[in-house]
Order: sequence, then structure tokens, then C-alpha cells
Amino acid sequence: MKISQLSVFLENRPHSLLEPLQALAAAGIDLSGIALADSEQFGILRLVLRDWARARGLLQSGGWAVTVTDMVAIHVEDQPGGLVRILEVLAAAGADIEYMYGFFVRRSGRVAMLFRFARPELAIAALEAAGITMLGEDALY
Amino acid sequence: MLKERWNDRAGGFHPVSAPDFLPRQQLREVQSHRLQAVVGRAWDKVALFRERMQARGLTPDSIAGIGDIAALPFTTKADLRDTYPFGLFASPMDEVVRLHASSGTTGKPIVVAYTREDIEVWTEAMARTFAACGLHRGDILQNAFGYGLFTGGMGTHYGAEAIGAAVIPVSGGNTERQIMLMRDFGVTAVCATPSFFVHLVEKAGEMGVDLRDLPLRTGVFGAEPWTDGMRERIQAETGIEAFDIYGLSEITGPGVATECACHDGLHVLEDHFFPEIIDPVTGAALPDGEEGELVLTTLSKRAMPMIRYRTRDITAILTAPCGCGRTMRRIRRISRRSDDMFIIRGVNVFPSQVEAALLAVEGTVPHYQIVLTREHGLDRMTVEVEVTPEVFSDTVRAMEELRARIGHAIEHVLGIRVGLRLVGPHSIPRSEGKARRVIDKRQD
Repeated sequence: MKISQLSVFLENRPHSLLEPLQALAAAGIDLSGIALADSEQFGILRLVLRDWARARGLLQSGGWAVTVTDMVAIHVEDQPGGLVRILEVLAAAGADIEYMYGFFVRRSGRVAMLFRFARPELAIAALEAAGITMLGEDALY
Repeated sequence: MLKERWNDRAGGFHPVSAPDFLPRQQLREVQSHRLQAVVGRAWDKVALFRERMQARGLTPDSIAGIGDIAALPFTTKADLRDTYPFGLFASPMDEVVRLHASSGTTGKPIVVAYTREDIEVWTEAMARTFAACGLHRGDILQNAFGYGLFTGGMGTHYGAEAIGAAVIPVSGGNTERQIMLMRDFGVTAVCATPSFFVHLVEKAGEMGVDLRDLPLRTGVFGAEPWTDGMRERIQAETGIEAFDIYGLSEITGPGVATECACHDGLHVLEDHFFPEIIDPVTGAALPDGEEGELVLTTLSKRAMPMIRYRTRDITAILTAPCGCGRTMRRIRRISRRSDDMFIIRGVNVFPSQVEAALLAVEGTVPHYQIVLTREHGLDRMTVEVEVTPEVFSDTVRAMEELRARIGHAIEHVLGIRVGLRLVGPHSIPRSEGKARRVIDKRQD
């Protein structure tokens, strides 16, 4: 049920977002989801993609600091309250959310929310018990 | 060795100090004789030295005496690194009785070797050092220099035993036990780095121990630069007399130079360790009195002769005779180095201090660079630290915490506020494999 996300450290300077994406594009690597966290000082680029292992090797050898994180992908009903229902389940279970972001899965037309939990196991158990659909790798890419 | 030389009674002139008072003319003869011997030995045994002599068209016969020393090639820390571990040894291992090592500026340590004769010379030098600091038989010396690869602990240990003092080989650390021993054993003298002793004084205060109530009367401090202000503070708070000693592993360890009761510069034991002052940029020899980089030659060393070793320490040779009567020339207290030290808002900063702070946070040497800028007349120091894959986290919170930890560690060491910027791996330019540590963009 866990999705591997690549995180890439970005300096706060021009071109720092462009360069890693250029490296991936040159290798013909397709991205499924992307999000950027930024502070005043630096950014963290987060990528979800089928070829994550190859992309990681490519970025590491290019000199980027890369880390792989387990994410939980949740199918969100595309209607008012769709996300609220999920957050209520997580809140009731006491699952801390480190961060989250969403994207459309073009193939299925679904909305996927990716969550980074402090304790993924606890969150997954709560979501399963509430009958909320989590998406595996096959459903995402 | 004449044992009675070492066992002088308290108070009077210490016989071990006799060489300190050699007339200058005889001292020069000793220096000339020993220089020729050490150059001949290094020529025979050390390929690097011989090649450098040959490149300059020199042979050992070119050196007629100590007056010719400036013709000889320099030895640098890089030479020690490049020949790691044993490339500069002039003795086979079956004549070596001791190995020490000190941390280098990069990765590999600097290795130094001693024959039995070298240990004897070192012991004599440290005995003369302690005699100059007023120690003698009957003293109880707590030796808080580190024992181990570092030369400080064992060098002082041998010298103190030789002079007849009772040595407590407590080594560094464990402050509370140090204070307990100091009080319970009636310690009269202590050897330590000045910063550790200051820490010890503070701790003693917390424990309700006033060092002024103890028999402690002498402190012998070295292994790091310290100031006269620090000496005044130590003396005022503890009632001891504080002596500055100087040495470095490459030359022998502690025992190269010492203050006497006049506290006006450090006498170099120049019958064994010959000092010169050079222009750190051109390498040209400078006359006594002028400030420059200290260069030392080991006149007696056998296992690892150092010919014209560049210490990177900035000082000057004092020209006036010393009130104590010693003929050994004095160097001014070492205040700075010729390498990458800089001053920001009146505070002297060595990149190595920043490095030490980073080490304390990371547990590994990260790559970093110090950028100095001036905005509205105010100097700013920004430390750029490369984010290694080991410390990189996917959450902003963890990265901000890392930044705060590093910032606090640096400010704790330097005592000034610094900016901190996290940068990508390998983004700091390296030259010859080593990063340039300081970028000074300040315009006058």
C-alpha cells in the first residue's frame, strides 16, 4: 500500500528546480505526481513516478541529495466533503500528517491524495477499518 | 642520563636548566654541529628531502653551519600528508620506539615517530620546560593533557617524572573527578589546555570548591592559542601562576618553547628546535623582531627530522634579553596563524572552529564555506553547509531543525551570530580536492 516518493533538496537560487527535472527529462523519465515544499532558505522537490529507482540513481549520480519516503496514496471522492471524510478518520485515529498533496491520475480519472504520515501503519489501519480506498503503485502510474 | 641532574631540591636553580643559559657563541656552535648532522641524516634516509636538495643544487656539504639554514628547502604539513604514514621516517622501524599521530586538516592524520634518543631529548625538553615554570621534586602534577595518539599527555608525563614531580596521569575529561583528585591529593600543579582548565574552574565553582583554598599554585597551559586576558582571568580566579607552553607533534610535541617566570614571550629550546621567522607569502627569511611565520628545524631528531618545518603560526622573535637570564631566544605568544584565519566584528575566527561545531552536530565532516559580506557597514558571516544525503530529510520541519542546530552550534563556539545557508551537495567548489573555506566579499 505504500508508494515510494523521491525527495530532492533544492537550493534557493535560480535554476535549482529546472536542473533536476532537465536531468530526468533527458533520460525519458515520466512523472506522475510532483509537489514542491519551500522555506525562505531552501526547497524540497517531491516526485512520484514509476521509474523512481532509476530516477534516484540518476539524480544521485548528478550530485543531488535524494531520499526515498514511504507515502500513502488515498483515493478521494471528487465531491464536496470527499477529503473531509478522510481527514476525520485520520483525526479520530490520532494520525499525524507531516504533509500532503494531491494530483489527478489521468488514466483512471481519479483524484489521489498522497500523505506523509509520522506513523504510516497507524494511519493505514484506521483508513482500512473505515473502508477508505488506498491506491497501490499500479493504480497511480 | 645523569639522574641527579633531574632531582633538584625545591627552590634553587634547577640543574636541568643549564643548557637554557648556554652562552650565545657556544649555542651557535652546538646548533651548527647538530644542523650538519641532521641534514646529513635526512639526505641519507629521506628521499623527499634529498630530491629537494638536489633540485636546488645542494648537498649536505653546502651547509657549513647554522648561518646557512635559509638555503634549505621547507617542509610542510602537505609533505607529511603526501608521504603518509611513514614516508619521512629516517629510522627503520626496529629503531622506532613510539608513534604518535595528530589529526590533519583533511582526513588522514599526521604520523610522527621517535627513537629512544628522540624520547630522551623530548623528555629533557619537557623537564627544562617544567623547570622554567618553577616545578620541581615534591610537586604533585595533575596532567589533564590527553594521553594517547596526541603528544600532549605523554610528552608532559615523561618530562614531569624526569624532574621528580609526582604525576597523576588523569588525562582529559571527567571534570568532577579531576576536581576531586585535585582536592584530595593536594595537587600543586596542573597541565591542561587553557579552555579545559577554564571549564574546570567553572565546574569547581558549581561544586563549591574554591581553587584558591587548595595547594594548587602552577598551571602549565598549551596546545591551543589563548590570550593574556584569559591568563589574567585564570590567575585572578584561582590564585595560580599560569604559564604558556608551545609545541607541535611534527617537531616533537610539547616542549618546543616555554615561558619563564618573566612571562614575556616563550623561550624556544633552540639547541634542539631552531626557530626562524619567514614571510608567509614569499618564504623569505625575516630578521629577529619582525613578525612572520614560525619555521622550526629539529636539530637533534633522529626518527623523523623536520627541516625548516612551516608551522603556520604567526609570531616574532623577541630581541631584548630576558630578565631570567636564559640565552634561548623567545617568540611572542602565538596569536594567529598564516592560513585561513579571519576577523569578523573583532572576533578571530578559524574555519576549523566552524568545522568543529559542524562536527559536533553532524558526527561527520560536512562540506562548508564561509562567506563574508559587508552590508551598511556591518560585517556579516554566512556559513554555507552542504546538505549530504545522510542528513537530508523530506520534511521542511526536520531541515529547519537541522539548520537551527547547526546555527546554534556555530554561535556557541564563536560567540557571534552567523547566517546559515543550506546548499546542495557538491555545490561548494573544490580545488585540489579541498574546498576553499573562506570567501571574503567585503569591500573597504
